[in-house]
Amino acid sequence: MSPLLAIDGLSVHAGGQALVSDVSFSVAPGERLGLIGESGSGKSLTALAAIGLLADGLSASGSVLLDGRQVVGARDRDLVALRGTTAAVIFQEPLTALDPLMKIGRQVAEPVRRRARRDGRPADEKSVMREVMDLLDQVALPQPDRIAKSWPHEISGGQRQRAAIAMALACRPKLLIADEPTTALDVTTQAEILKLLGQLVRERNMALLFISHDLPVVASAADRVVVLRHGRIVEQGPVAKVFREPAHDYTQSLVAAARSFDDALEIAP
Amino acid sequence: MTDTRLIATSPEGRTRRSLTFTIGAVVVGLHLVIGLLTLFWAPYDPTAMSGGRLEAPSFAHLAGTDRLGRDLFTLIMIGSRIALIVGTGAVIIGAALGVTIGLLAAFASKTLDDVLAAGLDILIAFPTLLLAMLIVASSDGASLWTAVVAIGIANSAIVARLTRILAKRVLRMDYITAARISGTSWIRVVTIHILPNIWPTLLVNLALQFGLAVIAEASLSYLGLGAPPPNASWGRLLQEAQGTVYTAPFGAIAPGIALVSLVIGINLLADGLRDIGDPTRRRRR
Ligand SMILES: Nc1ncnc2c1ncn2[C@@H]1O[C@H](COP(=O)(O)OP(=O)(O)O)[C@@H](O)[C@H]1O
Ligand SMILES: [Mg+2]
Repeated sequence: MSPLLAIDGLSVHAGGQALVSDVSFSVAPGERLGLIGESGSGKSLTALAAIGLLADGLSASGSVLLDGRQVVGARDRDLVALRGTTAAVIFQEPLTALDPLMKIGRQVAEPVRRRARRDGRPADEKSVMREVMDLLDQVALPQPDRIAKSWPHEISGGQRQRAAIAMALACRPKLLIADEPTTALDVTTQAEILKLLGQLVRERNMALLFISHDLPVVASAADRVVVLRHGRIVEQGPVAKVFREPAHDYTQSLVAAARSFDDALEIAP
Repeated sequence: MTDTRLIATSPEGRTRRSLTFTIGAVVVGLHLVIGLLTLFWAPYDPTAMSGGRLEAPSFAHLAGTDRLGRDLFTLIMIGSRIALIVGTGAVIIGAALGVTIGLLAAFASKTLDDVLAAGLDILIAFPTLLLAMLIVASSDGASLWTAVVAIGIANSAIVARLTRILAKRVLRMDYITAARISGTSWIRVVTIHILPNIWPTLLVNLALQFGLAVIAEASLSYLGLGAPPPNASWGRLLQEAQGTVYTAPFGAIAPGIALVSLVIGINLLADGLRDIGDPTRRRRR
């Protein structure tokens, strides 16, 4: 099967400075790929470059094929349609992931309506609201009716992240990009969101590009992992193999750090 | 912007705010009613000598008379209409131009943005009044409308700069990126996300612009570049009262009070409107 996302020799530059260098990996349909590395290693830039959304002043080179189409150098107008049908993103900070001046229901309705129009399905208020409620229910938000009528500041961080996931699902993406989706959440909520993501990805047969600096989190969310350091890939392979027999010093240090953290937790009680 | 939203508002704070809104609405409403009324009725003919010269306030002439014996209260009432036209007109022109240019700069490539930003800074460094004077002087004669357009253009630079900064701040938010990824058009991003989010701050600034426009028109009139009589503005009344300010101070005090009350009223009203437009400041259910 041809990959959904095929990145080949991708580099991202800011002025003369290389922030991401010669990165190559691919994600097959339905596959769960983890992108791991310390903060600042270029994980987010790689993901944004993959959907052609780099900020002003940054330039990408190399090749990115998203659903078979070249992203690097493509015009924004052409990318809008490609993104809309192919990818959706969940971000780290649930506070800025939602418009503070829009009620949750209306906010989720936006991508629902857009996607329905694009697919030629009915986009009247009633069908849209039915799908919104259905989505809020699927991301296990309690009392979807009440949540739909709430402002973002009236619900918890975990609930906001669930609403953001519902918005991503509304796009019916083939590829879901989750950029540190649990980093800002407490441990319990983190585990719940991870479980939800895993379940949704499986049910809908979406591919997942899961970004995190946290090794145990990636280990539970991905099948295959790419280790990034200073904008370069140091190692990639199946999760179990990479974490059991890390070939690179850097990966070894990540694994060791996670172990000692685990040990500390076991000693604590 | 987000930071101020996170500050919890006390119940007393809310009551005080709704009070400012009410006071603002009453004051502005009064000017509006009086201004509209003058289209149909006024206590006296504004051009007629209805009393002696420079009379002190009395029941017949609530604000006294000017040096031609015209009823000052009538002239001040007409002034309300002029001031509202000037303020509203200048704000509409300033907002339309300013918001458009500001959004354009926020969305533009870095080079175009830099050019626009520099241009705006130069325009802003130019005193509003001087700019308005230049525009009035280069048009064929002073009229109410040249003054309104001139002040509106002068104001638009400030509105544009503010819009640019506010829009850029919103554009950095993840929900904008998410919207772009899901294929939302720029137009829709502007109308459903950017404008609602910059509106509260913009509104307060526009109220400030309204006040400044009324004052700028008064200054233009004071310099003889504003609306000619009989549609005299408060600024012209102030100018005419200048020579007699020691013998008949009320000729200057009365239009002054009218001017200040409208400017304050507009600002109170805008503060109240902003709070109503912001769900985090509204009473929670
Ligand atoms: N718009 C930008 N301009 C210049 N440098 C940037 C920009 N965005 C990110 N960077 C730099 O690129 C590096 C990688 O950033 P990022 O991909 O966000 O890291 P992370 O792995 O934490 O997601 C960082 O050193 C960051 O400072
Ligand atoms: Mg990041």
